[in-house]
Amino acid sequence: MPETWITDEMRAAVGGQHSDRTSMPISVSDIRKWAQAVYYPEAPPREYWDEEYAATTPAGGIVAPQEFNPFAWMTAAGPPAVDALGQGASTTELRLGVTPPATTNMLNGGMSVEYTGVLMRPGDVIRAITSLVDYAERELRLGLMLFTTTEQRWTNQDGALVKVQRDVLIRY
Amino acid sequence: MDVEVGQVLPPYIREAGFPAWNRYAAVNDEFIPIHMEDAAGAAAGYSGAFGMGNLQWAYFHCLLRTWMAGTNGRIVHVECQFRRASEQHHTVAARGVVTGIREESGERLVDLDVWTEIEDGTALAPGHATVAFPL
Repeated sequence: MPETWITDEMRAAVGGQHSDRTSMPISVSDIRKWAQAVYYPEAPPREYWDEEYAATTPAGGIVAPQEFNPFAWMTAAGPPAVDALGQGASTTELRLGVTPPATTNMLNGGMSVEYTGVLMRPGDVIRAITSLVDYAERELRLGLMLFTTTEQRWTNQDGALVKVQRDVLIRY
Repeated sequence: MDVEVGQVLPPYIREAGFPAWNRYAAVNDEFIPIHMEDAAGAAAGYSGAFGMGNLQWAYFHCLLRTWMAGTNGRIVHVECQFRRASEQHHTVAARGVVTGIREESGERLVDLDVWTEIEDGTALAPGHATVAFPL
């Protein structure tokens, strides 16, 4: 076990932007399927699948649930390359051109999101820019744990901020 | 909508297992061995394949939306820590309780403690949320 997982190279990378994704236009079908999945086995609320009904709601039409992911499967860049970086433990460092820590396990440490009230609607194109915010360490039951915080800022095609999300990855 | 501190939200209850996980994996493109294969889940220290933290995250949002149904409320903030994964053959409940009410920028903000737990009360993901209603 090292005294620290955080190298000088990693520390110098804090603040760096490592991902800039643009979604395909959101479709009503995407929204319907998402709602069906998260409300399963019950039917989702009508405003997520009935366009006539949704038009009578304050949103004025079908809108995506706030936790909807418009980047699933494919972004506007097209199908990911076979050797593209996935959701692996070292993705942040590798995207920043930094040697990742030699950890062997990872856990999702948690999430925190602020929603601005700008809704995601069919046809919207969402852009997400992700930055490395912080590295921290704590000695816990499983040993020295590395906490990596990244921040995503989502905007729509009009530049309106949709949400700010912070994710914590735990590695050890 | 009448809200008071201490108010308990109706829980959002779902069975943990492949029927739910497969559907969520399909919409979130989250096909990861620990969520699909018992051997991979066991290798990670669990009884077998286990559920996505992102699905518990979605359940928090469903809990809040269901509570606010029929109002003009909106979700402002949600946060949680994933302490334990949801394993197969358990019932996961997303729960919430109102902890504070305040007015800010022309909205009535309601703060809540939210969490997920399994049927014996074991906590999975503790968290907080804030929703807003127009004044």
